[in-house]
Amino acid sequence: MSFRSLIDPATSEVLDQGLVVHFAGPNSFTGEDCAELQVHGSRAVVNSLLQALTYVDGVRLATAGEFTRRAFENGKLDLIEVDALGDLIAADTEGQRAQAMARLSGGITRKIDGWRDHIIGLMAEVEAQLDFSDEGDVGAFASSALNDGLAQLGTSLREGLSSYAYGRIVKDGFRVGLGGLPNAGKSSLLNRLAQSEIAIVTEEAGTTRDLREVAIDLDGQLVLLVDSAGIRDTESKAEAEGVRRALEMLEDADLVLWLKAPDIEEDQSCPVSGPHVVEIQSKADIRGEAGPFAISATSGEGIPVLLALIRARIAERRDAGGDLSISHLRDQRALSACLVELERAGSNMNELELVAECLRRAVLELERLVGRVDAEQVLDQLFAGFCIGK
Amino acid sequence: MNDFGVIVVGGGHAGCEAATASARMGVPTALITHRFDTIGEMSCNPAIGGLGKGHLVREVDALDGLMGRVADRAGIQFRVLNRRKGPAVRGPRAQADRKLYKAAMQSAISEQDHLVVIEAEVDDLVVEEGAVRGVVLLEGRHLFARSVVLTTGTFLRGLIHRGEESFPAGRAGEKPALGLSLRLEALGLPLGRLKTGTPARLDGGSIDFSQLEAQPGDDVPEPFSQLTSAISTPQVACHITRTLPLTHSIIEKNIHRSAMYSGRIESKGPRYCPSIEDKIVRFSDRDSHQVFLEPEGLDDDTIYPNGLSTSLPEDVQLAFLRTMPGLEQVEIRRPGYAIEYDYVDPRGLTHGLELRALPGLFLAGQINGTTGYEEAAAQGLLAGANAAQRANGGSPLHLSRTDSYTGVMVDDLVTRGVSEPYRMFTSRAEFRLHLRADNADQRLTDLGSEWGLVGEERQALFAARSEALARGRTLLAESVATPNEAHAFGIAVNSDGKRRSAADLLSYPDAEPEKIISLFPALAAIEPRIFEQLMVDARYAVYLDRQQADIDAVRRDEGRAIPDTFDYQVLPGLSAELKAKLSEARPQTLAQAQRLEGVTPAAILLILAALKREIAFRKAS
Repeated sequence: MSFRSLIDPATSEVLDQGLVVHFAGPNSFTGEDCAELQVHGSRAVVNSLLQALTYVDGVRLATAGEFTRRAFENGKLDLIEVDALGDLIAADTEGQRAQAMARLSGGITRKIDGWRDHIIGLMAEVEAQLDFSDEGDVGAFASSALNDGLAQLGTSLREGLSSYAYGRIVKDGFRVGLGGLPNAGKSSLLNRLAQSEIAIVTEEAGTTRDLREVAIDLDGQLVLLVDSAGIRDTESKAEAEGVRRALEMLEDADLVLWLKAPDIEEDQSCPVSGPHVVEIQSKADIRGEAGPFAISATSGEGIPVLLALIRARIAERRDAGGDLSISHLRDQRALSACLVELERAGSNMNELELVAECLRRAVLELERLVGRVDAEQVLDQLFAGFCIGK
Repeated sequence: MNDFGVIVVGGGHAGCEAATASARMGVPTALITHRFDTIGEMSCNPAIGGLGKGHLVREVDALDGLMGRVADRAGIQFRVLNRRKGPAVRGPRAQADRKLYKAAMQSAISEQDHLVVIEAEVDDLVVEEGAVRGVVLLEGRHLFARSVVLTTGTFLRGLIHRGEESFPAGRAGEKPALGLSLRLEALGLPLGRLKTGTPARLDGGSIDFSQLEAQPGDDVPEPFSQLTSAISTPQVACHITRTLPLTHSIIEKNIHRSAMYSGRIESKGPRYCPSIEDKIVRFSDRDSHQVFLEPEGLDDDTIYPNGLSTSLPEDVQLAFLRTMPGLEQVEIRRPGYAIEYDYVDPRGLTHGLELRALPGLFLAGQINGTTGYEEAAAQGLLAGANAAQRANGGSPLHLSRTDSYTGVMVDDLVTRGVSEPYRMFTSRAEFRLHLRADNADQRLTDLGSEWGLVGEERQALFAARSEALARGRTLLAESVATPNEAHAFGIAVNSDGKRRSAADLLSYPDAEPEKIISLFPALAAIEPRIFEQLMVDARYAVYLDRQQADIDAVRRDEGRAIPDTFDYQVLPGLSAELKAKLSEARPQTLAQAQRLEGVTPAAILLILAALKREIAFRKAS
C-alpha cells in the first residue's frame, strides 16, 4: 500500500492523490492480481480517473457481476460464501431488472434500437453480397449507399455522445460550486439553500476544509451544492490540499457562485474564470452592495433570484444537449466504441468481409447495453429485402 | 450379442459419411439402404459446395471424410465463388456428373474396411432399457448394435405434391419410410414438418444454347480435397437464361393450381430457396429472374434449371418453361415437385447429435431440419464418429463454434432449433475471418487424428503442410526491410525509418506479393499454396487477433459443463419463465445456455454460482 499521485497518462495531469493498494493473487478477492485505488470520492475525481483508465490499452470497465464471476471461476468462494452470494445475486437480478426496465421505457433503448436496426440493415446489404453473390437476383452493390448510411450513423452517434453531458447532469446532478475567500459566507449560503444546518458554520476562517456536498431537489432536478474551503494562501499543508481541491472543483462545476463579502478587505477576484462563474454579493444585510446578485443568507434576500439563476442554467444545458437518455459512462464508452468500429468499416470499403466484421462489432458494442445480436436477425432482414435463391 | 458396433440407416450424403467415419475409427459398421445402386445419389441439384457449403466440404475433408474426394472425381465445372472478394468468404463449388459422383461414392464405400452394406428396409428400432439396441428390418430380422445412426433424409412420411396431385414418396420414384416415423412419434419425440422443392429436369437436346450466355468454370479448377493434386475430369460450361414477363403472367394465372398456393402444403419451406411461384408473388416488382442451366453429366444431356423449383402441374411447368430464351422447344424429362417430410426437433439432440431421450440413437441430415448435401455430410461425419465413440465406450466428440462451420451448424440446431430448412451461410459464423475454406485442415485435422478419424496418408500430408506453413511463417517474420529498401522495389510505405517484415508488408490492403517476393527472393521458395494461406493470415492478422479474445471467452464457457442432473427449479432468483426454458432446453455447457433466447447475463451468473456449489457438494461427499 502506498500514497501516490495519480497521473493521466495522456495529459500527464495529476488527477488526484490517494492510496494505491496492490492485492497479489491468489489471495485477493478474485484470486487474480488486483489493484485498488482509494481516491477522494467526488464524482469529478472518480469520473476523470475512470476516463483516464479506460483509455489505457487493455483496460476496460468491468461488466455486470464480473468480479464475482471471476472470483467464482478462480475458486475463491467456498460453499457458505456462495450461498450468501446466491441471495446477493438474486437481489442484483431484481435490481438489474428494475434498472433495465427503467431504461427500457426510456429513450436509450429506442435510440439504441434505432442505431442497431440501421446497422443491421447495412449488414444485410453487405451479407447479401457475401453470401449470395452467385445468385443473379441480388442487385449490384451500391457502395455509395453504404457510405451514406455510415455517415448518417456517425452523425447521429456523435450527437448522442454530445448529449451525454446533459444526461450526466440528470443522473448525477447539476453541480453548483460555492467559492470565495474565507468568511465570504459560503457555508451560510449553502445552509440557506439547503434549508438545514449541514455545513459547519463558524466565524473562524478556514474551518470548512473539505468539500461538502448537499443535494437538493430543484423542481425534480438533482442539484449538488458543493461548498469548498476558502481560497487563500496558507501555510498549513492540509489546508493547502483543501485549497487545491477547491480550485479543481470550481473548474469542473457546472456553475460557480463566487461570493464577495463587503467586510473583506483583500482582493476578492475569482481564481477561475469562464461563463460558468457568476459573482455574488453576499452579506447584503451588513452593507447594501449593488449588483444583480446581492444576497443575504440571514434575511433570505436575493435567494429566489439565485435559484432562478440555477434553473436557467440547467435549462440552457437541456436546450443544448436535449436528451437525457445517455447518462452512464458505460453508455458513453459503448457509443464511442461503436463509432470507432463504424469508422473502421468505412476505411475498409474494398473488403466487404472486413466491413461486415466491423459492423458486427459495432452492433455488439451497442448490444452490450441492451441485449445481444443474432445472425438470424441479419438473415431475417436479408430475406425480407432480397429475392434470393435459385 | 451385437451384430455390429454401429448401424447407419440411409445411404445418402449423411449416411455415407456416418458409416465411413465409424468404420475409419475401426468399429464394425453396417450401412443399411434400400438399394446399393442409389448410394451417393444427388437427389436435387447436381452441384457440391458453394458459399458456406464449400467450407463444410473442406471440413469434412479435413476430417478425412469422403465428400471432397468424391466431388473432385466427379466435378465437371469447378468455380471458386467470391474469388474477387476476401479469402474468408470464398467458397469452392463444382457441378458434378451424377453418375461419376455415384460411382466414386460407391467405390469409396466398397473399399472401406470394417464396413458392410445391407440392402434392406428398416421398419423399426429395437429399444431395450431406454436405449437403442438395434433395428428391425421390414422382413422381420433384428440387427443389434451399440449405436444406430438415422439419416433418412426426406423419407420420413415423405409426401410429394405437384399441382393438384399428391402421393407418398421418399423422393421421385422411391418409397417413403412410414414405420420409422411412427416409431419416432411413439417415442414422444417432437416431430415437425418441412417442405422443400425441386425443378423439372430438362432434355438438353431440346434447348438452344447458342443464344444463351455460357458460364465456364475456373481456368485452373481448384480441388476440394487436400488429397487431390489435380482435377482430371473434362470441364464443361453452365448456361444462363431468365424468366420474362410472359413467364410471370402464366405462373400468376395458374397460381391457384400450385400445391404451395392452393393451401395443400402448410409446412414451411426455405426462404433462401424459394419456388418460382414464391419469387413471383413475393417480389412482384421484378419482371425477370435469372436461371442457371446446369448439366447433370458428361454423357447425360439432362439439364437442371437452377432457380425454377416449383409445385405447379406439369402442363403449367412446360408452358412457362417454353417462354424463356433458349427453352422455346424444351421437353421435360421429369417434372418438378414439392415434398413435405417429417423432421425431429434438433433441440432434443446433444452436440454429439445423439437423442437425449433415447441414448444410442444418432440423427444426421435432413431429419434434423437441415437442407443441402454438405450440411448433411458434415452432420453425418460427426454423428458417425460419435456413434463409433459410444460403441467404443469413449466420451462424446464435439466441435465448437470457434473451430468450424460444422460446430456453428450443430450449435445452431441444438440450441435454437429450426423454423425452416437450415442452410449454412458464412454470415452464421461469428468467427468467419478465422473459419476459412483455406485453413480447414489447420483447424480440424489434428483433432480428427486424435479422434481416430484420419488415415495415414492424410496425416503425413498434413504434417508436411503444417511444417511448410511454420517454415514460411518464420521466413516472413525474419525477412525485414527498411522503407528505402521497400521503395527500391516499388512498395509504398511511410518513410518513417521503421523496418518492416514481409508479414507486415503483406498485411497492407494493397500489398503486391510479386513485389514483396522480388524484395525478398528467399520467399520464392515457398510453395504457392502455402504462400497463399500465409498471405491470407497476414492480411487478416489484426482482425484475427481481435477475434481471438472472443474465441477464448467462448471456449472457456464451452468448457464449463452443466450436468444433466442440474436442477434449475431450485435456483433462487431465476424467473419462472427462464426456469422452464432452461429445464426444457437442457444446455450442456454455459456457452450453450448463453445462446438460448432470452437468457440474461444475470441468469448465467446464477447458473455459474450454482454449478460451483454442486462441485463443492461433490467434493464434500
